[in-house]
Amino acid sequence: MTDPQAPSLGVDANALYVEGDPIADTKAPDGPIDDKWQRRIFSARLVNPANRRKLSVIVIGTGLAGASAAATLGESGMHVKSFCYQDSPRRAHSIAAQGGINAAKNYRNDGDSVYRLFYDTVKGGDYRSREDNVYRLSQVSTQIIDQCVAQGVPFAREYGGLLDNRSFGGVQVSRTFYARGQTGQQLLLGAYQALERQIAAGTVTMYTRHEMQELIVVDGRARGVIVRNMVTGELETHFADAVVLASGGYGNVFYLSTNAMGSNVTAAWRAHRKGALMANPCYTQIHPTCIPVSGDYQSKLTLMSESLRNDGRIWVPKRAEDAELDPRDIPEEDRDYYLERIYPSFGNLVPRDIASRAAKYVCDEGRGVGPKVGDFRRGVYLDFSDALSRMTQAQIAAKYGNLFDMYERITGESPYEVPMRIYPAVHYVMGGLWVDYDLQSTIPGLYVAGEANFSDHGANRLGASALMQGLADGYFVLPNTIGDYLADGPFESIDESHPAAVEARQSVQARIDRLLSINGERTVDSIHRELGLIMWEYCGMERNEEGLRKAIGLIRELRTEFWTNVKVLGSNEELNQALERAGRVADFLELGELMCIDALHRRESCGGHFRSESQTEDGEALRNDDEFAYVAAWEFGGGDQPGDVGKPVLHKEDLVYKFIELKQRSYK
Amino acid sequence: MKITVRVWRQPNSQAEGRMVSYQVDDVSPDMSFLEMLDVLNERLTHEGEDPIAFDSDCREGICGMCGVVINGEAHGPVQTTTCQLHMRAFADGDVIDVEPWRAEGFPILKDLIVDRSAFDRIIQAGGYITAPTGAAPDAHATPVPKDDADKAFDAATCIACGACVAACPNGSAMLFTAAKVTHLGLLPQGQPERDSRVLGMVAQHDEEGFGGCTNIGECVAVCPKGIPLETISRLNRDLLGALARGDRN
Repeated sequence: MTDPQAPSLGVDANALYVEGDPIADTKAPDGPIDDKWQRRIFSARLVNPANRRKLSVIVIGTGLAGASAAATLGESGMHVKSFCYQDSPRRAHSIAAQGGINAAKNYRNDGDSVYRLFYDTVKGGDYRSREDNVYRLSQVSTQIIDQCVAQGVPFAREYGGLLDNRSFGGVQVSRTFYARGQTGQQLLLGAYQALERQIAAGTVTMYTRHEMQELIVVDGRARGVIVRNMVTGELETHFADAVVLASGGYGNVFYLSTNAMGSNVTAAWRAHRKGALMANPCYTQIHPTCIPVSGDYQSKLTLMSESLRNDGRIWVPKRAEDAELDPRDIPEEDRDYYLERIYPSFGNLVPRDIASRAAKYVCDEGRGVGPKVGDFRRGVYLDFSDALSRMTQAQIAAKYGNLFDMYERITGESPYEVPMRIYPAVHYVMGGLWVDYDLQSTIPGLYVAGEANFSDHGANRLGASALMQGLADGYFVLPNTIGDYLADGPFESIDESHPAAVEARQSVQARIDRLLSINGERTVDSIHRELGLIMWEYCGMERNEEGLRKAIGLIRELRTEFWTNVKVLGSNEELNQALERAGRVADFLELGELMCIDALHRRESCGGHFRSESQTEDGEALRNDDEFAYVAAWEFGGGDQPGDVGKPVLHKEDLVYKFIELKQRSYK
Repeated sequence: MKITVRVWRQPNSQAEGRMVSYQVDDVSPDMSFLEMLDVLNERLTHEGEDPIAFDSDCREGICGMCGVVINGEAHGPVQTTTCQLHMRAFADGDVIDVEPWRAEGFPILKDLIVDRSAFDRIIQAGGYITAPTGAAPDAHATPVPKDDADKAFDAATCIACGACVAACPNGSAMLFTAAKVTHLGLLPQGQPERDSRVLGMVAQHDEEGFGGCTNIGECVAVCPKGIPLETISRLNRDLLGALARGDRN
């Protein structure tokens, strides 16, 4: 191992990380890109139906990726144990996705194709994703729509009875399938129903209100998990031949995000601590259209689907002094439709990262609207008055009714009458556990699907692609690749007395005991909120060297504060929500530091990662392909003790673009 | 605003519960109801008192995890989920009673948290279309009239929060059950299993201890997703038809 060649980091004794060996192989087949997936399916070893009954798989999480994977593996005849922390698998946060799901069906005859979806996704990801994976995602996308329709997902249809489409940010074709503003809900219920069918059939055993606490690794293979029964507090040990993490993203490291209250990194972080590499953790998506923060008590932020940008126009007053006027009284010539002005060809449909930063800049200039938060007004208008003069209110309601209603419930204002106020918020993370082409992590037998992995979106995810990826992984990719690993199974039978299981269980028990024994002065939420402010300020929409260094120091102090001064009441042997949150925040406090180190080391801007030192004259993200066209996959460098994160080890996976030419992204 | 909340406290499913009164100061009208409880819980924690346990997850009205009875109404005075209820719906000085869903099919686990796993078992009894992964024809192979698709969607928006059960004097879960029967029964893909679905789901509904439906309509008055009472008529029609057609189950 060598220290990185990064003089500006002031390395030597104070280096924040060390560099390890590069990642040589992603296991993707060679040759033409359009038949790689077919060749991989063919080369993957199969398990015959009789032997499948002898195999078992643990699936953590029941969102689109987890529920679809568990149902599909169950259908194949394997024994599946499925876990979720909610009271029902149907609650997983995929349910909150609003806008739609992309598929290269070309039902519009508007020039779409698998290749174009592939191209758009790679470009949208700012050339930081793996070509092979993205191409496969585009290929599989069409099967997803077929599968979901067969399950009874009530997609929007036209009068002729065929499926309707809409367009979405970052693309110029209409390839997004949708179910009003509740596409995620309908797709998740489809997967949930398929899962419940397998539960009834006995192939899947469901454990609700169970949260994964630790991964069990035996002889280098992922063989089980320790979970906590959240009603009784009992720590349970479960074994299987393989473990699938589909535990979602870690946006809640920012405290305020559009994620669910319970969304967390614990399952992924525990795996990371056991040896799974964490890739590109700093790639965070800040969604441009969320309802602005209203006060200190705020517990979460609510997204307004970016599909609204199809018909809504974004603007702020040209003059800061107009900020307090009723927007309806501001004449056309005094409005700045800044996205349409700066990006004439994509206008309000520029990708999310660009739209978010543009909103930040106009607010930094003092032209934001709505109540002041600190010294600035943090909001811009999303105005439907043009659309309302073009379409009837009923037509608008059919497209966006539930979103408008939700906005009115939260803010007390009707978007039919007054322009919405919106501001960016943390929404999705492109980073996640590193996986190869088969979705296998660096721990054999540990697979990672959906938002929990890093694989397809590069440095920025396009709208309506998260649902596509979650279902692609769960229905079609993972079930075709995991068999290759399981063909060597079933593995040696083990029980709770195995040293690896005992060790895992004891470490979980010790961590819980410690959390309950500190009995300090700070609530879990107050520390989480402080962490969120640090992350948002220094590792949010815009990052720089000085801020990131400062953030790392602040996070370290806060982590010490947590482990010496947190107050968690009650015991383990009961339903204890503060204890649940404490365990999650403990892991966020470790992850936050790694995100800052990753952001610091990547001295370029790309997609959602914007370093203020690296921008074009126009203020756009400026990549540095010569030095940074790689995936940064981090190995845990710390010890067993909580909070001991040590120095992470950087492994680089070079991104080789054979089919798409690297270009500076332009949406002008 | 200053308000008083009287909250059902019950340490676990076996223990006895009681209403406990708390004063909450500095309530902003822009707070959600659950954020008001968060603020109270922060204070309780500092005072060394066990914080109030309640379920919530997405806090944007779609996951269906939250739900409490507020002043005798499921989800409170506005027809929405508890997480989307904001304190502007209340007045300074109000006394607000907060209780868990109460129904035989929903045993209390702690404070305001109940066990709704019965809903999952009702879905297991037939609330799906058998379409194994990979077996699907092209999505455009079967056109679906827009009107049917829209009606199916309306029924499919049920979030399984359980407010319908909490509001029903009979403790019936028929609106929940009917929403799924209607969603799948309106689509061509749902026809082959239409009879077995309604028979299986209704039988499971009864087995879980939910009461029968007597068309009172309290359920639709509290449903945050506006599932119409018509879905129950549709379920009844399907049920009678299935029973008449005999033993396909």
